[in-house]
Amino acid sequence: MLALILLALGAVLSRAEVGAGLGPSDWAAVRFTLLQAACSSFLSVLLAIPVARALARRRFVGRGALVTLLGAPFILPVIVAVLGLLAVFGRNGWVNDGLGALGLPEVSIYGFHGVALAHVFFNMPLATRLLLQGWQGIPAERFRLVAQLRLTPRAMFRAVELPMLRQVVPGALALVFVICLTSFAVALTLGGGPRATTIELAIYQAFRFDFDLGRAALLSVVQLVLAGSMAVLALWLVPKLGIGGGLDRMMPRWDARGGVQRMGDALVIVLAALFLLVPLSAVVWRGVRGLPQMPSEVYAAAGTSIWVAVASIVVLLLLALPMAGWIAGRSGGSVEAIGLLGLSASPLMIGTGWFILINPYADPFDFALVVTVAVNVMMALPFALRILVPPMRDAVAQYGRLSMMLGVRGWRLWRVVLIPRLRAQIGFAAGLTGALSMGDLGVIALFADPDRVTLPLQMERLMGAYRMDAAAGAALVLLALSLGIFWICDKGGRWRAEA
Amino acid sequence: MLKLEDALIAQGDFQMRADFTLEAGRKYAVIGPSGAGKSTLLAALCGFVPLAAGRMYWGDRDITEASPDARPMTMLFQDNNLFPHLSVLQNVGLGLRPDLRLNETEREQVERALGRVDLAQFADVKPGQLSGGQQSRVALARVLVQARPLVLLDEPFAALGPALRNEMLDLVQDTIAQTRAALVMVTHAPEDVRRIADEVIFVEGGRAHAPRPAAALMDDPPPELRAYLG
Amino acid sequence: MKYLTFATATLAASAAWADTPELTVYTYDSFVSDWGPGPAIEKAFEETCGCDLNLVGLGDGAALLARLKLEGARSDADVVMGLDTSLIAAAKETGLFAETAVEAEYTLPIEWNDPVFAAYDWGYFAFVYNKDLEVPTNFVDLGAGDLKIVIQDPRSSTPGLGLLMWVKAAYGDDAPAIWAALSDNVVTVTKGWSEAYGLFLEGEADMVLSYTTSPAYHLIAEEDNGKAAAAFDEGHYMQIEVVGKLAGSDQPELADQFLNFMVSEAAQNILPTTNWMYPAVTPSAGLPVGFETLMVPQKALLISSDEVPAIREEALAEWLKALSQ
Repeated sequence: MLALILLALGAVLSRAEVGAGLGPSDWAAVRFTLLQAACSSFLSVLLAIPVARALARRRFVGRGALVTLLGAPFILPVIVAVLGLLAVFGRNGWVNDGLGALGLPEVSIYGFHGVALAHVFFNMPLATRLLLQGWQGIPAERFRLVAQLRLTPRAMFRAVELPMLRQVVPGALALVFVICLTSFAVALTLGGGPRATTIELAIYQAFRFDFDLGRAALLSVVQLVLAGSMAVLALWLVPKLGIGGGLDRMMPRWDARGGVQRMGDALVIVLAALFLLVPLSAVVWRGVRGLPQMPSEVYAAAGTSIWVAVASIVVLLLLALPMAGWIAGRSGGSVEAIGLLGLSASPLMIGTGWFILINPYADPFDFALVVTVAVNVMMALPFALRILVPPMRDAVAQYGRLSMMLGVRGWRLWRVVLIPRLRAQIGFAAGLTGALSMGDLGVIALFADPDRVTLPLQMERLMGAYRMDAAAGAALVLLALSLGIFWICDKGGRWRAEA
Repeated sequence: MLKLEDALIAQGDFQMRADFTLEAGRKYAVIGPSGAGKSTLLAALCGFVPLAAGRMYWGDRDITEASPDARPMTMLFQDNNLFPHLSVLQNVGLGLRPDLRLNETEREQVERALGRVDLAQFADVKPGQLSGGQQSRVALARVLVQARPLVLLDEPFAALGPALRNEMLDLVQDTIAQTRAALVMVTHAPEDVRRIADEVIFVEGGRAHAPRPAAALMDDPPPELRAYLG
Repeated sequence: MKYLTFATATLAASAAWADTPELTVYTYDSFVSDWGPGPAIEKAFEETCGCDLNLVGLGDGAALLARLKLEGARSDADVVMGLDTSLIAAAKETGLFAETAVEAEYTLPIEWNDPVFAAYDWGYFAFVYNKDLEVPTNFVDLGAGDLKIVIQDPRSSTPGLGLLMWVKAAYGDDAPAIWAALSDNVVTVTKGWSEAYGLFLEGEADMVLSYTTSPAYHLIAEEDNGKAAAAFDEGHYMQIEVVGKLAGSDQPELADQFLNFMVSEAAQNILPTTNWMYPAVTPSAGLPVGFETLMVPQKALLISSDEVPAIREEALAEWLKALSQ
C-alpha cells in the first residue's frame, strides 16, 4: 500500500515543472489544518468517552439500532451531512428558530466552532464505536472482581477502565486527527471563508486550477508528514500491555447501579442520540420528499455502488486480516502507522498519480472500478487495523500457546481460532468498509467512468443540475444502502454473541 | 525417556539449569518457591521457551528444536485451556484433529472420552456455561484423546476447592493410567506430592534438581526443601 | 441456423461499426447527464453526420482542462466542449488546440471572433434571491447593507472565479475595498456551485452567486416563479462556454462539423432548457417561454481571456486578504 502512495507521488513529481515552494498562505493553511484537526479530534474522543461508557453499561430498547446508527454520520456524503447539520444549527435551523421564539439572539454556526462541531458530528460516533469495542474487550471477570471488591465508580474507573482507555484512546485520537486533517469541504463551508483553508484545499487548487503538479506533490508530502508524525506519536503512547483474558461470558454489570449514575448515563445517551439523530432525521425528511423525483439512473448507480462496496469488503479482509495477524505478533506499531498514512494521502494525488501511470498504456476507464476499490480499501485499512489489531493481540496472547500445543496453526489457526475469536470485529470492519466504499465519492473524476457512475457521484450530478430534491432522495438511498451493508456485516459478526 | 542434557533455560533475566532424565510411566511433582521457575521449566519441556544451551532427547530422538505440537507430550495451563467459542466436543476434538474435521470414528472417540469424564451430555455446550470443575474435566478429556506419553500439568486446578481438586487429581491418575503416560505436575501442596508423585523435581536457586523419590524426600527433606516446606 | 443468423448479424454489425467514424468529445458531467443537453445533442448530430458521437463527461470545466493537460497529445479526444472564458488562455497555452473556421451569427452581448474556440452558450453571473426581498442594486450597497450572501471559492470553483473577475472588471483597483465591505455579508464560501446553491435553498443566505438564468430553471422545470436575479447597475460579468478542436484529432473534418453543429439552430434550440444558459446564436423561434421573464443586465462585463491569468493572481490575493481578516 505504501508503494501505491509512493508510486503515485513519484508519478506526479515526474510531471512537475519547477514550482514555487510553500508561500505564506500555504503555511497559514498548515496552521489552520493542524489546529482544527487537533481540536476536532480531541473533542470527538473526549465526548465519546462518556457516551461509550454509558452505552457499555446500559441495556435498553433501541440500543442496537443506536449503535448501528453511530456509523451513519461518518459515511454520509459531506454535503448531505452538512445540510443536515444546517437544518438544525444553521441560520434558518431549528436551534435558531427556537432561540428566536424565546427572543434570544441568533447563534452562527459559521466559524472555527462550526468546523469543530461538524467534525465532532462526523467523528464522535466513530470514536464512540471504537471505544465501545474497548469496553467490550474488558473481560466479564474484571467486572465481577470489581463488584466483589465494591469499588467506587472512581476506583473502578482507575482500576479497570482507565488502563483500557490508555490502550484505545491514542489510536482513536490519531485516527480522527488524520480524518480531520484531510477535511476540505466541511472546513471551508462551515469555516465561513478562506481563513478556513486546509492543506487539502490547497492541493485541490494546485491540481485543478494552477495545474502546478510540483506544488501539489509538495503539499501532499506535507500532509503525509503531519499525519505520519501524529500516527507515530499516538502509537508510541499506547502502552504495551494486554487487558487479559476471559471466558466470553454474558456480561451483566454490577457496578454503577446508583440512581445518580443511571440518570447521568441516561442523560449522556439521550444527548448523544439527539445530537446524532436530529440532523440525520433532517436528512431523511428531505430525502423522503425527494424520492419521487429521483430519476431511474439513481438505481443503476446504486447497483454500481453496491458492487464496489462488496468488492472493497472482500479485498479489505484479504489484506487486513493477515496484516493484523502480522502486527499482533510484534510489539511496534509501524505497520499501523503506514495504515494511517494511507488515510492521509490525498485521494486527488493518488488518483492523478495513477492516472499518469496508467494513461499511456491503457484506458483509465477500464481501471475505474479497480482503482475505486483500491482507494476505498486504502482508506478503510487503517480503520480495519485499529479495530482488528487489539483483539488479535489478545487472542494471540491468550490462546497462542494452547494453539501451538495442539498444532493449530497456519490456515487452521485462522479458521479454528482467530476468525471465530474476532468475528465481531471482522464484521464491524467489513461493515465500516462497505459503508465507506458506498459513500466515497467514486475516488475522483479522473477515473470516474461516465457509464458506470457511483451513487455519490450521481447525487453530485443531480445537485449540479439544480435538482436538489432528487439529490436529497439519492442521499437517502445512499444512507439506507450504507447503513444496510453496515448492519448486515456488523450483525453477522455479532450474531449470537453478546454485543 | 525424556532427557535434558546440560540444558540452560533462559527467559529475559531469568536463567535455570537442568540436567536429568524422566522415565516412562512415572509421576513427577515439581515443587519450589514462587518465581523459582516451575512454570518456565514446563514451558521449556513443551517447547514454548527454547533452550539457550544444551539438548533435549526423547529416547534417541533430539527434540530440542521441535515445535510444541511435534513433541510427544501435552500440557494443561494455569488458565485458557479451552477455546470459549468452540463447543465442548470441538475443544476435545482439537486433540485429535487440529483442523476440526472429525470423521465418525474420531467423533465417537471424543464422545467416549467425554463419557469417561461424565460430560457426555454437555458435548454441544460452550465452556462458558460450565463450572470450573467441568471445564477442567473437558481439558482432561482432551488429554485422554491426545494419548501422549507425557502429560504436563501447570497447576490447572489451582482455582478449584480442595475436594474438587482431589477429585481432579484422581481423574488425572485414571487418565494417565489409561494412556500409560508419564506425568509432570507443578504443585504447591505437599499432600499432592504424597498423594500422587513417585518422584519430586525440586526447583530452586536457578536449578531444577534431578528427580528424587517422593516418599523418602518428603520424610527427610534436605535443608533448602525444608525451608520451603516450612 | 439460428446461430448462423446471429453470427452474421454480429459480423454485419461490427462491420458497420468499423465503417462508422467515431467522434470523441470531452465535456463536463452535467452536459451528458440524462437531464442535460447530451442525449438530445447526440441524437441530433448523429442524424446528420453518419458517425458515432461519443460524449465523455469528466467533472467540470476546470477538471476537463486538467485532464487534457495530463493526457497531452495522446488524448483520445477530438473535441473539448465546456471550457469557459476564464480558462481559454490556459487552454491555448497547452498548444493542444487547433484553429477552426466556424461561421456563426453570434447574438452575444460582445463581439466573438476567437480563431480557436466557438461559443455555444453563455450566461451572466448574478445573485439569485427569493422574490419577496428588497435587494441592493450594486456591490457598494450590498456591502453597506446586512443581507447575507453565500459565494463559491475562486480557488476551487468557476463561478467563484467569475465573481472575482466581476468585482475586478467593475471596480479595478477599488476591488479590495469592495471585498472588505462585503466580508461581513459573506455567510460562507463553498467548494463549488452546488453546495452554495443548496445552502441558499436551505435558507442559510439571502442571496447566492449563480446565473441570471437560474430563475428560469425554477420557473420552467418546477413552475416556481419565486426566484429572481438581482440587477446590478455596474454591469454583470459574463461566462461564455466554448468548444474547440484538438490538433491531435484523427477526425478533423468531423470535429469541424461538430463545432458548426453546436452553433446551428438544431443545437442552439436544445441548450436553453437543458443547460439553463442563453444560446450563443438566438434561434429563429426566439428564446423558450419563460426566458422573457429573466432580468437582463444593462451592461455586460468581460475581461479579455489573455488578461485573465495575470488579473486572477492579483484578484485572488486581494480576495484572500480581505476575507481572511
